Amino acid sequence: MSEDSRRNDKIPVVQMLVVGFIASALGIAAGLAIEWFPTAASTQAGPIDHLYDVLIWTSVPVFVLVTTIVMFSVVKFRMRPGEENLDGPPIHGNTRLEVVWTAIPAVVLVVLCSYAWIVLNDIEEAQAGEMRVNVTGQQFAWTFEYPQAGGGAPIKSTQLYLPKDRPVRFFVKAIDVLHDFWVPAFRMKIDAVPGLETKYRVTPNRLGTYPVVCAELCGLGHSVMRATTRVVTPADFDKWIAEQKAPAEAAAGSGAGAEVDGKTLFTDGNGAATACGACHTLADAGTTSETGPDLDKALAGKDAAYVEAGITAPDEEIAPGFQGGIMPKNYGDTLSAEELKALVTYLGEVAGK
Amino acid sequence: MVAKFRGPGMYRAAWGTVLGIVVSYAIIAIFRIWYSLDPVIDAYAVLELSLFLSPIGFLVGLGAFDYWFRWASGRPTVPDDHSGHGAHSWRDYFKVNTDHKVIGIQYVVTSFFFFFVGGLFAMLMRAELAQPGRQFVDANTFNGLFSVHASLLIFLFIIPVFAGLANFVLPLMIGAPDMAFPRLNALSFWMLPLAGIMMLMSFLAPGGSFASGWTAYAPLAVTAPEGQVFFTIGVQFAGASSIATALNFLVTIITMRAPGMSFFRMPLLVWANFSTSLLVVIATPFIAVSQFMVFFDRSLGFNFFEPTRGGDVLMYQHIFWFYSHPAVYIMMLPGFGIISEILAVKSRKPIFGYRMMAFSLLAIVVLGFTVWAHHMFVSGMQDWIRVPMMVTTAIIAVPTGIKIFSWLATLWRGVLHLDTPMLFALGFLTMFTLGGISGVLLAIIPVTIHVSDTYFIVAHIHYVLFGGSLFTIFAGVYYWFPKMTGRMYDERLGKLHFWTTFIFFNATFAPMHLIGIQGMPRRVADYAEQWAGWNLAISIVSFFLGLSALLFAYNMIASWRGGPRAESNPWRAMTLEWLVSSPPPIFNFDAIPTVVGGPYEYGVPGAVHGVLKGAEVPQPAGATASGASRGSSSSSHKDEGG
Repeated sequence: MSEDSRRNDKIPVVQMLVVGFIASALGIAAGLAIEWFPTAASTQAGPIDHLYDVLIWTSVPVFVLVTTIVMFSVVKFRMRPGEENLDGPPIHGNTRLEVVWTAIPAVVLVVLCSYAWIVLNDIEEAQAGEMRVNVTGQQFAWTFEYPQAGGGAPIKSTQLYLPKDRPVRFFVKAIDVLHDFWVPAFRMKIDAVPGLETKYRVTPNRLGTYPVVCAELCGLGHSVMRATTRVVTPADFDKWIAEQKAPAEAAAGSGAGAEVDGKTLFTDGNGAATACGACHTLADAGTTSETGPDLDKALAGKDAAYVEAGITAPDEEIAPGFQGGIMPKNYGDTLSAEELKALVTYLGEVAGK
Repeated sequence: MVAKFRGPGMYRAAWGTVLGIVVSYAIIAIFRIWYSLDPVIDAYAVLELSLFLSPIGFLVGLGAFDYWFRWASGRPTVPDDHSGHGAHSWRDYFKVNTDHKVIGIQYVVTSFFFFFVGGLFAMLMRAELAQPGRQFVDANTFNGLFSVHASLLIFLFIIPVFAGLANFVLPLMIGAPDMAFPRLNALSFWMLPLAGIMMLMSFLAPGGSFASGWTAYAPLAVTAPEGQVFFTIGVQFAGASSIATALNFLVTIITMRAPGMSFFRMPLLVWANFSTSLLVVIATPFIAVSQFMVFFDRSLGFNFFEPTRGGDVLMYQHIFWFYSHPAVYIMMLPGFGIISEILAVKSRKPIFGYRMMAFSLLAIVVLGFTVWAHHMFVSGMQDWIRVPMMVTTAIIAVPTGIKIFSWLATLWRGVLHLDTPMLFALGFLTMFTLGGISGVLLAIIPVTIHVSDTYFIVAHIHYVLFGGSLFTIFAGVYYWFPKMTGRMYDERLGKLHFWTTFIFFNATFAPMHLIGIQGMPRRVADYAEQWAGWNLAISIVSFFLGLSALLFAYNMIASWRGGPRAESNPWRAMTLEWLVSSPPPIFNFDAIPTVVGGPYEYGVPGAVHGVLKGAEVPQPAGATASGASRGSSSSSHKDEGG
């Protein structure tokens, strides 16, 4: 092929447009069909997910445009045998084109930003009747605190209970290092910053159980710094609040209380304390996690005092092959005296022998 | 034997290193006795001081300061005899060599060494992540692996490998005999391996390597075990190296261009390194400061980041990102330059919109300093700064878009030579577009609130730095391989390397966008069961991606040893480095070239960029000072220019 035959080649612009259009349509369809986001469980999720769809609509054609031109150039303009010494036409530029591809992206981006700003105002807007929940991050556990009307002692929990359809505002703090309080189902997150109180709002609108995730690297136990959010009906929520108040009163009264089962505590926690079985292996309880030491081995032949110290002061003695500083140090607070006793007894029976 | 230990070289460097440790012991002991502290020796204090002093001892021992010390003390300086110029055996690469071409190769080879180490760490991480739960490494090692992986690949690979390529090519491109400050150039290089070795040595520290990520956020970095200081101090050496090189590039570009090479006749690689050097000089001191503050907090009990003592945790992030966002452009602009060279040559067409290409680089430099807080949308900083930073972050896509569209227009109606450098350049165009798109998504605050700190970020950064920077690095290494080594690489292996890299790169990182949005956080050794399938698939293809890098290593080593001899201009390129032999003569040009036209006049009948008929450069006979040869070349420069 000579330079002349090249020049006479028709450049298939129409074909490119058709291919680009079809590819964009397929790309957008795929982009919209993919289940990108986790289950949406707050009113904030809707606008965010919709904004993401709009971004798919705008991004796919941009990618298709670049890819189509590259692929057509490769097919159409590649060097063919005999063209080894051929040069292309000396086109140095085209001011009108350059103005166009500067201006159009700028306009599109400004429009997108404006839309994003509207969404941002929307999802951060104050709601009437907001419930306050204080969130505290520490290595490596979350504590949720529900201030009580009338000045009663706030209710503390390591699991997050929220009533459906009631706006809630989180006030987030950190004790030691940075953490990040994130419930993917709610779409919102913010860092927990030592020395600062950070805040955000959500309105849960779907019943269910969702993970709470620490999203900011906080040290050795970062990947196990998890909790659970339970969005429940307002009636169930009130009942839960009442239950949380009850043990404190019961303890203050007779001291008998309901019978506490060490094994259940081990596998399920108590709503305030994270379940031991989430991190530890224990044959009797059927748990297999390897985040912490295997208790069948670590506790073999140990007495009750050792077991208790291991729960309330986990960093005093570290099992070989493990590191200190991962197990939360707040079990002394989140377990009642009976619960601690029940747990120590249970562990002494099944693993301590 | 005694001479070996007294003269500059590796022997003296070894005892310089030891001397650094001894001096550290002495200083710590003196101060602790003075302050009546018990015990007199504090091992951590000695270690931390040694991390500063023994690298300096090494550099002094190696001879990096000899000339300056003599000059500063008023003794007669020993004129360079040029035995330190050029490389005749592999041993010459282990000396303080002032030849920019030797330094360029030292840089590229050293940084590729750290590339393979960093890549190996990535493989170990993927092995751990193949299944949920803990299999290969414990949490501390895992956190160490991703921290060292990122630090090596950012500070010891991408930034310096670009500096290395430019070191080799840039003086040739502008028709200069060397860099403006050859001794500073040698010192810059030698600080680099020290920083890298320091980061690797952190694995030997009690408590394991630094494990707070390459971002090293306070207060985690302040309370972390001793391995952290290997990062804190290592970054100082890498940063100092980077700043010195950037100054060198700026002075070289501004003062040493061949006669006739106006700013708008400079190849775009030179423009790109000019812009990058501006960024480095302005921004890099900020990361140095952030790490010094962490160091002072840790070691000297300062309270920069201790809120109960008036410190401010967010201040760290502001200072850190004021460097580290421009650092993204430090890691990208030189690549833009490489791509501009390759696309013009391999399309046989002038770069489309040359001036806009140059101006868009400068626009990125300016805008690059106005977007840092988009890394902090969920940090708890003041709310109002978010929207302005969203707009600037989105707008920085405009100059980047100008570049992409201009490259596409350069391809248009060209005669495309689809060899390995070109394939990597085209791969870069498409992959970097994806990285740019996810970058715009990350400007959009409501989306970022959900996806920050997830695998979406991991996907984005790898589309930018792997699909973007690394592809341009591969393109550049293949493109200048004949010039640097005088040999041709194996084209078939090169193409195989491209296709395996391109396919497995996408298979590895594309799914990370999805699992990130679905809610998988980054920097975790363990994850929820629901992502087990994706992670296993990603791990398997990532191993193939790792293997594809071995193809590259084999091709480079085998071709360097025994590839066919390269002609001086195998690509029929116009820029000046192709006017001289491959590899170029020790002093680059027998005669300083004269530039008579633009660098990319392909297809213009009879057009030339430069001709080799300037003033004769006096060839140093034996022991002429290199300063003299520089002086004469710059005076001839003036004559020509006038």
